[in-house]
Amino acid sequence: MSTSTTSQLKLESTRFKNRLFYFMLAAGGLFVLAGMYAVHMMEEHGHIISGMNNQIVWGLPHVFAIFLIVAASGVLNVASIGSVFGKAIYKVRAPLAGLLSIAMLAGGLTVLMLDLGRPDRIIVAATNFNITSVFAWNIVLYSGLFSLVAVYLWTLMEKRMNIWSKTAGVAVFVWRFILTTGTGLIFAFLTARQAYGSAMLPPMFIILSFAWGMAVFHLVQTVMYAWNEQVLDSAIMDRKKHLLGIFVLASLYMVTVYHFTNMYFANRIGFEYFILRDGGIFPDLFWWGYVGLGNILPLILIYLPGLGRKKCALAASLAVVLGGFAFLYVFIIGGQAFPLSIFPGYEVSSSFGDGQISSYHPSIYEFMLGLSGLAIAFIITSISVRVLNFLPHDKPYIAD
Amino acid sequence: MNDTQNQRRSFLKTSLGVAAVAIAPGFLLFDVAHGHSEAVSAKVRWGMLINTESCADGCNDCVNACNKENGLSGGTLPTDSQWMRKIEIKDISGGHSLSLPMMCQHCEHPPCVDVCPTGASFKRADGIVLVDRHLCIGCRYCMMACPYKARSFVHEPLHDQNPDVPRGRGTVEACSMCVHRIDKGQQPACAEACSNKSILFGNLNDPDSEIAKKIRTVASAQVRSDLGLNPGIRYQGL
Repeated sequence: MSTSTTSQLKLESTRFKNRLFYFMLAAGGLFVLAGMYAVHMMEEHGHIISGMNNQIVWGLPHVFAIFLIVAASGVLNVASIGSVFGKAIYKVRAPLAGLLSIAMLAGGLTVLMLDLGRPDRIIVAATNFNITSVFAWNIVLYSGLFSLVAVYLWTLMEKRMNIWSKTAGVAVFVWRFILTTGTGLIFAFLTARQAYGSAMLPPMFIILSFAWGMAVFHLVQTVMYAWNEQVLDSAIMDRKKHLLGIFVLASLYMVTVYHFTNMYFANRIGFEYFILRDGGIFPDLFWWGYVGLGNILPLILIYLPGLGRKKCALAASLAVVLGGFAFLYVFIIGGQAFPLSIFPGYEVSSSFGDGQISSYHPSIYEFMLGLSGLAIAFIITSISVRVLNFLPHDKPYIAD
Repeated sequence: MNDTQNQRRSFLKTSLGVAAVAIAPGFLLFDVAHGHSEAVSAKVRWGMLINTESCADGCNDCVNACNKENGLSGGTLPTDSQWMRKIEIKDISGGHSLSLPMMCQHCEHPPCVDVCPTGASFKRADGIVLVDRHLCIGCRYCMMACPYKARSFVHEPLHDQNPDVPRGRGTVEACSMCVHRIDKGQQPACAEACSNKSILFGNLNDPDSEIAKKIRTVASAQVRSDLGLNPGIRYQGL
């Protein structure tokens, strides 16, 4: 093949990629637009057009938002292992991890904010601050993480600032632990609800964040390597795959302990029967979606010998992400669907759904809003990796 | 005195007169709008004692009065606001059944106030738990935190509101113990409407009040007292 033909082919390929890039960006933009349309409709008609009601007050948008926020914290694990624990193969991935964290946090917070009854008043959350509210703490934690990660990225990507990268890395490491603790506490402080009000929740969310963040990181990294026609060193791939496996096992352990501790309390056993056995869609999603798809399948893909490396790791990561969504749907919606125990020991009925399982059917607008959060994260990531140097540059692999 | 000085004087007089005429109605209207301007006091703790033994099964008078007073539609869809509802309860082991009204329990330590990020949920010095509709951003965390499911979210735009009870789409609301009536020295609408006199309203802190005397003499209970929230609503016969 002559040199001119090769360069012609390369040019063709670049042109195709350019078009594909703009096409994907436009597709992402359409999803964001659809989300904004949903917000406009909710502004116009109120939350009546969503599937949420006075019993299920947090719905599908919260599932998307909390997944994105938890994964945004967890993805920083990759950076922490590099900056705090000094592992070289993770250190070169720290900028990408920081970028993903900012992108997902932006997506998640946008969804959370736009689902408010009065998103136009969001400034009130900054001007009127209730010190006893874990929600108010989270506002500080989220904006703090944004700023800290931005500074951390600066120390990583600006050579003159490199000396500060370890300090910034440690600050981010500590902050994200507190942040995910805060996310867990949102539910842990709800003492009256059988599904929540457990001290297990903050550590459980931290471990879940490790698995979800790692899975998202792996998905994005695989796409980036494929796009740039590069091959990830198989030793690095194995290490990351096994780390994902450990996180998946650890998170399954935490979820198991959470349910076991709930079963220990006599007044919560009814809830456990509901969520794990009798609750229709919730046990289905829990066992098939979370345990099967989100844990067992990834573990098989990761640990069963003889399976291909690259595709297995990709499929395992995708399964962990989907399992994460299933888990959050069960946790958030299922937790509210089970009736509050206002009169323990009594059969209860009323016009307000007391004593009854609440039903919830998410509307198209909730899907549109939730997906727009993913699209925002996608757009921020894809533009950033195109204009800045976020692709990990590995030196020849040496185990450390 | 020369002409210029006279002109200046009359100009000043006229200006003062015009200013007084312009400002006075504002002051007067401010007074009208605010009625009693003295602050509420922690010496008072408003509460209710509900007699479940005389509360009639199937009677909805209190709920209807609440809806009318506060301009609620009275609808019972899951998206409709219900500040007050009747709950039928039946003892699982004994079979004994009761009917009772349930609403905001006006806790001394309200979880809704603790969790509200903006301080929109607040407790007045006299124990009434309210929502400031101007500060509420509609996050619904208070609804998640309330052990009594006492709060509703306004899912639709509102029309023809009662001027005494402003509400707002996209904000959370609940029983205000008819604070606008209490501040005028009246009883909450539910207490007034109950034909069996099952709802006794009064100042829990005043040992000579009817409610305080009754609480000393009859057995009464707070719902979910195990949570330690010390609600201002007590139930007799529960």
